[in-house]
Amino acid sequence: MKKNSILIVDDEASVRDSLYNWFLEDGFEVSCAEDASKALKILDHEHFDIILADIKMPGMDGLELLRRIKQIKPDAIIIIITAFATVDTAVQALKDGAFDYVTKPFDPDDLSHLIRNALRQVSLKEENETLRERVSALEQVEDIIGESQAVKKMLTEVEQVAQSNTSVIITGESGTGKELIAKAIHANSLRKFFPLVSVHCGALTESLLESELFGHEKGAFTGAVYTRKGRFEMADNGTIFLDEIATISSKMQVELLRVLESKSFVRVGGNKTITSDFRVICATNRDLKKMVNEGSFREDLYYRLNVVNINVPPLRERKDDIPLLVNYFIAKYCKSMSRPLVNMEAAAMKRLQDYDFPGNVRELENIIERAIVVGNGKEIKLRDLPLSKPVTLSKTESLNDLEKQHIAQVLTKYSWNISRAAQALGIDRVTLYNKIKKYDLKQ
Amino acid sequence: MAINTMKQVNQINLISFGITDKALLEILRAEIARIFSCKVNHKEARTELGQFFDGARRQYNADSLLQMVDQNYSKAESKTVGLFQVDLFIPILTYIFGQAYLNGSSAVASGYRLVDERYGIKTNRQNYPERFLKEVIHELGHNFGLIHCRNIGCVMQASTYVEDIDLKNADFCPVCRKQLEQ
Repeated sequence: MKKNSILIVDDEASVRDSLYNWFLEDGFEVSCAEDASKALKILDHEHFDIILADIKMPGMDGLELLRRIKQIKPDAIIIIITAFATVDTAVQALKDGAFDYVTKPFDPDDLSHLIRNALRQVSLKEENETLRERVSALEQVEDIIGESQAVKKMLTEVEQVAQSNTSVIITGESGTGKELIAKAIHANSLRKFFPLVSVHCGALTESLLESELFGHEKGAFTGAVYTRKGRFEMADNGTIFLDEIATISSKMQVELLRVLESKSFVRVGGNKTITSDFRVICATNRDLKKMVNEGSFREDLYYRLNVVNINVPPLRERKDDIPLLVNYFIAKYCKSMSRPLVNMEAAAMKRLQDYDFPGNVRELENIIERAIVVGNGKEIKLRDLPLSKPVTLSKTESLNDLEKQHIAQVLTKYSWNISRAAQALGIDRVTLYNKIKKYDLKQ
Repeated sequence: MAINTMKQVNQINLISFGITDKALLEILRAEIARIFSCKVNHKEARTELGQFFDGARRQYNADSLLQMVDQNYSKAESKTVGLFQVDLFIPILTYIFGQAYLNGSSAVASGYRLVDERYGIKTNRQNYPERFLKEVIHELGHNFGLIHCRNIGCVMQASTYVEDIDLKNADFCPVCRKQLEQ
C-alpha cells in the first residue's frame, strides 16, 4: 500500500521532531525542512500529499511560502500552523489557498481529524482525476457514431488492435475524428486504467515539443522555473497519442525513434535516465509513405510507428451516417445548453446529406451547434445552416432547377425579405414574386 | 540494525517513575510477558523529574523524558518502557498518553490522563490498569516497528481519548501480530 507523504516546515527543532515522530508512527513518509527556502528546494524534486508549515519563521514566513508553493503547485494541500493566531492571518492563509489553519499546541484529536480530512481531500482529488480520465475516454468512445459499412469496418479494426501493444497510425482527413479512434483503442486496451496522454505535435515548436515530451529540469532553459514531468513519463503504463506526427522536425524524428526503441529518455537539462512503459498511437492527415519517398520523414521511424494502420473515412464517403450524427449532435448540444430537444426539417437534412463536408464530422458538429444557437428552439430550418459551399449539382439537373435553387438560397439568406432578395438577384420585386409562384417556393 | 521482531528481543524492561501501585505493576509485567512471549523485568527509578517539568505548560516534556529513559535505562537486545504518573506533552500537542522511538529501544507511557476523573466522568478505577496496559503495549508496538493500525480492535490503533483506548483490545490484530513475529 502506498504511504502518504508529508513535509513539515518549522524553524523549531522540537516541533519538527514531535511532528516527525507523530507522523512516522502514523505510517507517513515524513520529511522536514527548517525554513521556507529549504522547503522550496525539497519541493523542487519531491511531491508531498500534505505540507505542514509554521507561519512564523526567519526569512520567508509561512504565508509567503504558501503563496510560492501555490504558484508552482496549485493543488498542494498546505496546513498552516502557528503559535500566534489572529483572525487576520487565518483569513489571509485561507484566502491564499491553505487547506486549514491551526494554532499550536493542538489537541491530538484535532490533529488526527485535520490530517484525516486532508487525506480524504487527497484521495478524492486522485479519484476525481482518474474518474474524469476514464469517463472522458468512455464518453469519447460513445461519440463514434455510425452504422455505415466504413465505420463498422473501422470499429472492427479498433477492437482487433486494442488488446495488443502494437503501435498504431491513424490516418484520415482533418476533422474525421482520429483522436476519438485513439481514445477508443486506449479505452478498450489493457492499459485503460492508466492515462491516455495526448500531444498535438503540430501546435508546438521543436524546443517546446522536446520539453513537452521529455519534461525538463528546473533551470534547463529560461522560464523553466520548476521541474516538470514529460508526456512520455506521464503516459507510464498507459498510452501516448501523438497527433499530427508528420509535422515533427528531423531532429525530433531521431529523438522519437530512440525513445520508442529504448523506452527511456532524459529530461531536458537533466542527466538521469527515466524509463516509461507506454504504447504509441499516432495520427496524421498527410501521406506518410509519400513523405518517406520524398525524404521528409524517416523510413525507420515510419516502420516503427506503422505496425497497424487504421484509416478513418471522410464523412462524404459515409453519408448514410449523417442523420445519425445530426441527431446525436442535436441531443448533445441541446443537453449542454439546457434546451428542449429540437427537430430538423427534412429540407435541412437533405441539404446536409447533399453537402460534401470538407471539414468532415467536426464541420457537421459546428454546423449543428450553431444552428441550435441561432434557431427558433423548435426546429432547425434550412436557413439556420451556414453552409459555405453550394450544393453539389447532379448532371441531370436543368437550368430551371438551378434557378429555383439559387432563388431559394438568396431568399433564405435575406430571411424572405422580397425587396432585398430581388435587389441581390438583380430583378424587380414582381419578377421575383412570379418566380416564387412558378417554382412553388415556400418560406 | 533495528531489533524489531519478538525473536530478536530477549527482555522487556519496565522502569517505574513514582508509580507505587504494586498490583498495577504486576498486571503490566505479567500481561506484557504473555503478549510478547519474553521475560519482563521491573525496576523502580530514582531519577528526579523536576528538570523535565515545563513551568509555562505545567506539564512534563515527553521528548526529554524519552531521551532520558533511552540514555539511562535501555539495554542491548531489549526494549525499555518508562512508566509515569505525570501529565506528558510534546511541543506541538496539548497532551499525549505515551511516546516511543519507532524501531527503537525505548518508550514512555503515563497513566495521568487515563483516569476518568480527568474528564469529569464518574470515577471507575477498574478500567485504569487495562488502559495503562494497552498504552504500554501500543508504545512497545512502535518500538517493534509497528505503525498505527486501521483495525478498530487492534491495540495499534491510534487513540486520542480514553474512550478510544477502551474500544480496542489489549492485543495485536492478526496483521500486526504477523509483522511482530516475523
